Amino acid sequence: MAQRIDVKDLNIFYSDFLAVEDVSMAIEPKSVTAFIGPSGCGKSTFLRTLNRMHEVIPGARVEGTVAMEGVDLYGDDVDPVAVRRQVGMVFQRPNPFPTMSIEENVLAGVRLVNKKISKSDAADLVEESLRHANLWEEVKDRLAKPGSGLSGGQQQRLCIARAIAVRPQVLLMDEPCSALDPISTLAIEDLITELKQDYTICIVTHNMQQAARVSDRTGFFNIAGTGKPGKLIEMDDTGVMFSSPSEQATEDYISGRFG
Amino acid sequence: MTATTASPQPAAPRSDRSDEVRKALRTVDTGRRRKDRAMQVVVYVAFALAVIPLISVAWTVLSNGIERFDWYFLTHSMRGVFGGMDAGGIYHAIVGTFEITLGATIISVPIGILTAIYLVEYGRGSLARSVTFFVDVMTGIPSIVAGLFAYALFAVFFGPGISMGIMGSIALSVLMIPVVVRSTEEMLKLVPNELREASYALGVPKWLTIVKVVLRTATAGIVTGVMLAVARVIGETAPLLITVGVIDSINFNLFDGRMMTLPVYVYRQYSQGYVPCNDASAVCIPEINFDRAWAAALTLILIVMVLNILARLVSRYFSPKIR
Ligand SMILES: Nc1ncnc2c1ncn2[C@@H]1O[C@H](COP(=O)(O)OP(=O)(O)OP(=O)(O)O)[C@@H](O)[C@H]1O
Ligand SMILES: [Mg+2]
Repeated sequence: MAQRIDVKDLNIFYSDFLAVEDVSMAIEPKSVTAFIGPSGCGKSTFLRTLNRMHEVIPGARVEGTVAMEGVDLYGDDVDPVAVRRQVGMVFQRPNPFPTMSIEENVLAGVRLVNKKISKSDAADLVEESLRHANLWEEVKDRLAKPGSGLSGGQQQRLCIARAIAVRPQVLLMDEPCSALDPISTLAIEDLITELKQDYTICIVTHNMQQAARVSDRTGFFNIAGTGKPGKLIEMDDTGVMFSSPSEQATEDYISGRFG
Repeated sequence: MTATTASPQPAAPRSDRSDEVRKALRTVDTGRRRKDRAMQVVVYVAFALAVIPLISVAWTVLSNGIERFDWYFLTHSMRGVFGGMDAGGIYHAIVGTFEITLGATIISVPIGILTAIYLVEYGRGSLARSVTFFVDVMTGIPSIVAGLFAYALFAVFFGPGISMGIMGSIALSVLMIPVVVRSTEEMLKLVPNELREASYALGVPKWLTIVKVVLRTATAGIVTGVMLAVARVIGETAPLLITVGVIDSINFNLFDGRMMTLPVYVYRQYSQGYVPCNDASAVCIPEINFDRAWAAALTLILIVMVLNILARLVSRYFSPKIR
């Protein structure tokens, strides 16, 4: 069962620099939420706070709450490692582990934490995850080959398979298609639409059409100027955002007048 | 490229431009070519200068050492050998060199790798900076000082005049640790941050990420670095002379008594010089000590070479593959 995420009064810092200011939003379960906005407005930064990857950067910290099913992810009794097992992430650049085969890459979330898994369970998990990521047919005969031998689009889908093999509730994707050709991009968009049946998905994208195609809700971030914090300007159903946004800035951005 | 309509940019300057471009593309910068040639010559000469001593050393050692380098020499000690006798070997020195170097490696590799992990993955602020500083200082410690340090350390506990193989291992590890730290640090820094983040994002704790992703990705480089460190200390003479001493017979025990090592053996044989052969009845070779020294030096070089090849194989096995 995918979970609802409530973000309240979130301020995000890099040391003393306030990168994103005062974000409040609700992310609906089993839906696709897209974040759009000009470069440097803090989309990636915000996305990384949803699975506590933000604090991996030295000096980075947040104020406010991110609650999943009522549990504050930043509470004292919450382990970031546990959060990341519930909230998976796919990065902008495909990053399969270079020392591992395709199969080992898919199983990385299991094997790296020393969890015991039987041979047949492992094989099932590999097949299921790769099928889910639309990659199975392409790689089923070369599972033992290195993951870095795949094409960029295949590597990205491998990374998606790796992320869903952990069986998270939520999947975060930071510009997952920015390094890909149109065909791989379509494959991944189809995949996102499919994955939405089981997962809550948040995606950052610079591609308006992509946001319009895949997402149910869209959030628009903007920044007043360099050195100023990014802000969530508005968030609404994707149809509404793209046809009749309530803020002028949103309309300007979507219609390509800036950004 | 000609403009047909009356545009703000008239046609003439445009065709001028494309003529210029054509000309620019065809210009041959003779000055740069000459420089290129000259630099090539310099590079080749430098390479030759670097290789000449290498070949010369290899040839000298080989031609001088091959005569006594045989199975008998490798499998016998110097026990009961005296004068110009046509006997004696380096078995005891090979045993000593292996055990002492192995001991030094076992001490240095964990300490060195853990220090490098601290510096790259955890170290922040003044502690990390001072560790880096002391590692740099350690790199410059003269080997004789490392020997004196190990001797002084053991003399505190066991009294003066103490001599053990393990003391040599400790002296060598003082020399080895900074090399291991430095090379491992460089290798860990080469591991892309994206891989660490990929691992964290899968819900893998930091220490498992370091052990299973970072170290694993850097294994090939770390092995090479450790190998270079071993090669650096396996030929050390002075610290071993102080700590481990000299002996003619075989001693397998690293924790009791003197041991012989290859570099010390070479030094010892060489310093004994020519044998005065007065007694005509017995077999006596005047230059036997020099022959043994050369053969032992040859053995040492061969050991380093074999270790290097092994390290290459290991690092090839561990290095990331594409296909
Ligand atoms: N590691 C970091 N340390 C300090 N500041 C950072 C760091 N990463 C990002 N920032 C700053 O935070 C702000 C938001 O950056 P972020 O990467 O979230 O933007 P973005 O919206 O994802 O942009 P893009 O669309 O170009 O990816 C920027 O001003 C950036 O300079
Ligand atoms: Mg970004």
